[in-house]
Amino acid sequence: MASGKREKFDNPVVEWIDSRLPVFTLMQKEYGVFPTPKNFNYFWNFGAIAMVMLVTMIITGVVLAMQYTAHADLAFESVQRIMRDVNYGWMLRYLHMNGASFFFIAVYIHIFRGMYYGSYKQPRELLWILGVLIFLLMMATAFLGYTLPWSQMGGWGATVITNLFSAIPGIGDTLVTFLWGGFSVDNPTLKRFFALHFLLPFVIFAVVFLHVWALHITGSNNPLGVEPKTKKDTIPFHPYYTVKDTFGLLVFLMLYVLVSFFLPYIFAHPDHFVEYNPMQTPAHIVPEWYFLPFYAILRAITFDIGIPFTDIVFIEAKLGGVLAMFGAVGVLFILPWLDTHPVRSARFRPLYRLSLIALVAAVFGLGYVGAQAAEGIWVILGQLLTGYYFLFFFVIVPVLSRIEKATPVPESINAAVLEKKKKKA
Amino acid sequence: MATKAPSKPQQSETRRDFLYLTAGAFGAVGAASFAWPFIDSMNPAKDTLALATVEVDLSPIQVGQSAKVTWQGKPVFIRHRTPEEIARAEGVDVSALRDKQADADRVEKPEWLVMIGLCTHLGCIPLGQKPTDPKGDFDGWFCPCHGSHYDISGRIRKGPAPKNLAIPPYEFLNDTTLKIG
Repeated sequence: MASGKREKFDNPVVEWIDSRLPVFTLMQKEYGVFPTPKNFNYFWNFGAIAMVMLVTMIITGVVLAMQYTAHADLAFESVQRIMRDVNYGWMLRYLHMNGASFFFIAVYIHIFRGMYYGSYKQPRELLWILGVLIFLLMMATAFLGYTLPWSQMGGWGATVITNLFSAIPGIGDTLVTFLWGGFSVDNPTLKRFFALHFLLPFVIFAVVFLHVWALHITGSNNPLGVEPKTKKDTIPFHPYYTVKDTFGLLVFLMLYVLVSFFLPYIFAHPDHFVEYNPMQTPAHIVPEWYFLPFYAILRAITFDIGIPFTDIVFIEAKLGGVLAMFGAVGVLFILPWLDTHPVRSARFRPLYRLSLIALVAAVFGLGYVGAQAAEGIWVILGQLLTGYYFLFFFVIVPVLSRIEKATPVPESINAAVLEKKKKKA
Repeated sequence: MATKAPSKPQQSETRRDFLYLTAGAFGAVGAASFAWPFIDSMNPAKDTLALATVEVDLSPIQVGQSAKVTWQGKPVFIRHRTPEEIARAEGVDVSALRDKQADADRVEKPEWLVMIGLCTHLGCIPLGQKPTDPKGDFDGWFCPCHGSHYDISGRIRKGPAPKNLAIPPYEFLNDTTLKIG
């Protein structure tokens, strides 16, 4: 991106800077004239939306950190003080806590877009992997932030999630003590969680930079999944997609602001209003909604895995649940190699499309199951849906890669756009 | 290599490889020893470790009653079991259990059951200490988080937890004083 030919700028200040550090040339090349497929639909807004949400979270987070006290005796009170006494503290906190939810909404839609239109396929595998990495970092950051108000839900959520690591054979208990810095979730735990919650968003920012860099090497995928071949297939990013992104962003931000101001506790839980008590578990611990499907997968493994009718157990139920939960995210990393079908877009793959929509339904179902008490029908339903989740990735996708016959794919983006126009006329 | 050094290429290459390897190894050891203080600083500090033991007066706990005390930041359940409960705990077929342990191996005196009140699944505090609490299918303790059922000896009988409720190190200083830790 550095050396090479550079066009002169008319403005002398811009030119002075650009001839020493070509940031204006870079922006012009990557966001001004950057050739972008001309057939994007609104699904392509969500990368930019997620980026804006990340920045929103960092800005609101930094000012909240100036008021928050990371100490087990003071944290809960300091959050109440933010809500009552700090100027606009209530607004900043509402924007930050609901911002997390809307960040996840944007990212989940963004991930679905990638899966539906086959954006993870060659040559965008690394781009996809960086995205999954961002998703994992987001989950870690969100979990750490959830504990900071030191409420019943936060403290016990921290206990449950850190205890996941105790399932690791041999070193599990030592590792959990290390994570806690003690023998239970207490002051040392809170302080390190705060430090990491502050650090990780900047790590996310760095990975987002790599994600966008990789995107600008391969170029964007598009709803047809057909690579642009000629200049007729693309348009410059500015003004066409800066305008389209801004429009979508404004709609999204309106929903975000509506919830933050008028329904601020729609995603919250009463146990967030009670200070953490290490001697009393709330009757019903639930994570934030964006973790519920994975939480349901964790709880679905209620049985030991071993040789039937003997006492030989290879994987205890607890470790099995933890492996299944991390596996549910981890499988996304290898998706580009599970799905080797040459056609990218689900538009031309009716069977893949149907199975993917069923997967989305299963994930919603798991989210519902994750919010219910772990008993009766919910256990069985959770197991069935978990079964489909892994069936999709490990059986349906690889099999369809081999046997599915795609419907005719247009020869170019331009041809498909003209065809559509002709039909309309 | 496309180009070869004019004299004794074989020997000079192995010497260089050796230097690379030793330098790399020393660098790795150095980095690891440099990293250790940072990692170890996150382990429990000395003041945390100092909260090691706690003494409990057992005299107010009547037969059939339970008490909960804090040890190392964790709840410890103390139950003064009734003769029926002891009989029920001892009457279980040990070979049918997930975590095979006889009741006698879990208590010093059968009437006093002392155990860490943290579910071995993911660390929630099971219900069953109060008479009004749900006690699960085996009339002991029930963890509301993920549905683990424990019997009156604190052994896992049903649900996702892998182990029986843990027994802390403890001793009876006299008939009515218990030292945990």
